[in-house]
Amino acid sequence: MLLAAAVAVVAIAVVVVAPGDPAPTTIRDRAAAVASGLRCPVCANLSVADSPSALAGEMRREIERRLRAGQTDEAVRAYFVDRYGRWVLLVPEGSGLNLLPLLFPLAALAVGGVSWWALVRRRRPTTTSEPSTRLTEADRARLDRELEGNRR
Amino acid sequence: MSDELGEERGTAGAPNPYSRRAVALAVVLVPVLAFTLLLASGLGRDPSERPDPVAATPAPAFSLPKLGGGERITSASMRGQVVVVNFWASWCIPCRQEHPALLRAWERYRERGVVFVGVNFEDTEEAALAYAEEQGGDWPLVTDPGSRTAIDFGVFGVPETFVVAPDGTIVAKEIGAVSYEWLITEIDSALRRGGSA
Repeated sequence: MLLAAAVAVVAIAVVVVAPGDPAPTTIRDRAAAVASGLRCPVCANLSVADSPSALAGEMRREIERRLRAGQTDEAVRAYFVDRYGRWVLLVPEGSGLNLLPLLFPLAALAVGGVSWWALVRRRRPTTTSEPSTRLTEADRARLDRELEGNRR
Repeated sequence: MSDELGEERGTAGAPNPYSRRAVALAVVLVPVLAFTLLLASGLGRDPSERPDPVAATPAPAFSLPKLGGGERITSASMRGQVVVVNFWASWCIPCRQEHPALLRAWERYRERGVVFVGVNFEDTEEAALAYAEEQGGDWPLVTDPGSRTAIDFGVFGVPETFVVAPDGTIVAKEIGAVSYEWLITEIDSALRRGGSA
């Protein structure tokens, strides 16, 4: 449950907080942002922005050239996805089956919370005064005797 | 007290607590198990595997200068023929390993309407010309300024080889050194597709 909560918090941070960064405005900044979201075909574990490989350098120039030609960031990304597949995206697209790992912990948290609430509600006594009224006369006399004995 | 408890337990028509618990357990466990299996299925995938999105798509058009100067080689001039596009570099060891296979395949198909094009990748012209002289083969070799054609083809590295059918569709792609068997299989298949065999 705690794990699900932790994962949910991280998922919310990724989905909600990350897009809150200010959008780059200059061509160079936009090119850097696109490059940092693409995987270098040669290094695989580095982004096109970080990779020292010659091909990544050419890809950075190609990104900038396409942006200067008036293409949108999305169109430039789509060009590289066409050539290299979705493999080239460092961050998976937030749609379709990709949403499952993000949404499942949230769903688990919701189901767990409702179950916990239902369990606690069921176990809570309805009234606090009720048990005392159920004491028989004999029980009450015995209780008085025991309490009297303890006081001595 | 015990009578009261007995009455509570014996309420007529109450659902069986064990079946309710089983349903609740199933509601929790089945999705968790399904999700775990989904994630576990990813463990069987090869992380070094490269996708092949250009298969069965039209080959990118290109117009590239010949290595060492001279006229340009254009993809348009090869339309209607089977084209083998091989990306290579002088510094690439697997390129040297595959070169004999390329030579054999070139000798076999050069008179049968098959064109080979060697696209030099991230190299210096001097080193590339020296390599071509040393390795042999007289199919056209071109340079690729800015690797733009390599990126258009979705090249991951060298060597990488594409077979393009007469209708301009990429019908085969091999990452790494090609074998002679791979070449004749894919070229024959492309020739059959184009009806040129």
